[in-house]
Amino acid sequence: MKVLVTVKRVIDYNVKVRVMSDNSDVDLKNVKMAVNPFCEIAVEQAVRMKESGLATEVVVVSMGPATAQEQLRTALAMGADRAILVQSDEALESLTVAKILAKIVEEEQPGLVLMGKQSIDTDNNQTGQMLSALTGMSQGAFASAIESDGDQLKVTREVDGGLQTLSIKLPAVVTVDLRMNEPRYASLPNIMKAKKKPLDTKTPADYGVSVKAHSKVLRVEPPAERQAGIKVGSVAELVDKLKNEAKVI
Amino acid sequence: MAILVISEHDNAALKPSTLNTVKAASEIGGEIDLLIVGSGCSAVADSAAKVAGIRKVLVADNAAYDHEIAENVAALVIELAPGYSHLLAPATTNGKNFMPRVAALLDVGQISDIIKVESPDTFVRPIYAGNAIATVQSLDDTKVITVRTTAFDAVAEEGGSATVESLSQVKDLGLSRLISEDMAVSDRPELTAARVVISGGRGMASKENFELLEKVADKLGAAIGASRAAVDAGFVPNDMQVGQTGKIVAPELYIAVGISGAIQHLAGMKDSKVIVAINKDEDAPIFQVADYGLVADLFEAVPELEKSL
Repeated sequence: MKVLVTVKRVIDYNVKVRVMSDNSDVDLKNVKMAVNPFCEIAVEQAVRMKESGLATEVVVVSMGPATAQEQLRTALAMGADRAILVQSDEALESLTVAKILAKIVEEEQPGLVLMGKQSIDTDNNQTGQMLSALTGMSQGAFASAIESDGDQLKVTREVDGGLQTLSIKLPAVVTVDLRMNEPRYASLPNIMKAKKKPLDTKTPADYGVSVKAHSKVLRVEPPAERQAGIKVGSVAELVDKLKNEAKVI
Repeated sequence: MAILVISEHDNAALKPSTLNTVKAASEIGGEIDLLIVGSGCSAVADSAAKVAGIRKVLVADNAAYDHEIAENVAALVIELAPGYSHLLAPATTNGKNFMPRVAALLDVGQISDIIKVESPDTFVRPIYAGNAIATVQSLDDTKVITVRTTAFDAVAEEGGSATVESLSQVKDLGLSRLISEDMAVSDRPELTAARVVISGGRGMASKENFELLEKVADKLGAAIGASRAAVDAGFVPNDMQVGQTGKIVAPELYIAVGISGAIQHLAGMKDSKVIVAINKDEDAPIFQVADYGLVADLFEAVPELEKSL
């Protein structure tokens, strides 16, 4: 089974986000960029599937600027076999990404698409579900475990209130949650090897997908700052403040 | 202009998140219909019809919608969509599961997790885990939206008199079936709807020590949460996690015990009205957002707190 994995280039999760002074967007100049953490978990899962013989080939796809090659090389160093970069300097909305991915699915015919459940920049949590809807592949969203079961896939999903396990038909789109695995660090020899692995560069037009805006960001602002309050000296003082000042108990 | 709200329910009653979503719909303005989709969910219709401000309750009760399998629910919703300018669902794991499918099948975008309605086509939503707030205008004719329920008050459960209509269409794509569910059973209020939340972090040191929080929670009628560190350490199950990757809460009182205050945790609770932090490390970042901070050993302070309530 061929496994297709998506990776997104995002601001490193350790970097403190700053909003630009003209309120047009967050400032991404000279900040450290990385593989979206959820995507990294998806790559790890695909590589583990290959190592255990379940997957025959792992193909990674990214969409974004030319520099997104770095994130694809990271995925190749983790163990993916080849990469496709759909290059676009303008930010692509989820639906456009899903449409391009649907074309790639048509070409590549993967048995499974593994994606992060959301990217930590736009926090939309929608591309995987959209891809599933557009392709007719079955959907397993927010998965913390998957298990192969013939032409079915057992997917354990993290839902409000607990866990839900579904049996879904293959081919499928699975979006992964944090607890599925802990991604490996690529070793230096693997980083060197990754430089020689094939990486195809395409454009949205190559897939016949026109880039359409479904929404417009009018402004981006920093959140209201919460003021630090006071330190209390004892439990008794705390209870008194909660009762008489904040009036919440 | 009419709005369809896809409700969250447990086959017996509406979940509070539905009432918050109806509130968001009322701020957009227009007639509001409520869709109840599930298997064995007809009982929900009676109470749903009483919710303030609802025109019509649509009920799709069929085995195909058991556990609200995303593929089937979305297929139903897109059939109903032509009558509506806006489709809204709470941004619960259920809403997040089927709603993007609805958007894709209608060839429109989805505005996720809105926290404010500016106008019928313009909405405010957090990005970068709440470290930036974006105001977004939808350019689509049909607006597909998920709602961060903690950002909207609940509408009144009583006072309405909607008509109830049964839907006969059955959408069964046959792609997925449920094997099992492992749900936490608790008498406590739901984490995202509780008036008071008390959460423990790595400082709790063990699973057993969460009993200390339970005793306080019993007295305050609070829900119990946890930081990601406590979940990763195996002290508590993941459905208790408050944070960017867990639940977003905004109770009247949030008590953080033994939680350092990582950005990922703050993203899930910093909109709480009053925040209390109990931590022995006086430099812990949680104190920067706390209204009342107590630098103390939690193993002494929490039992004392329990006794004084």
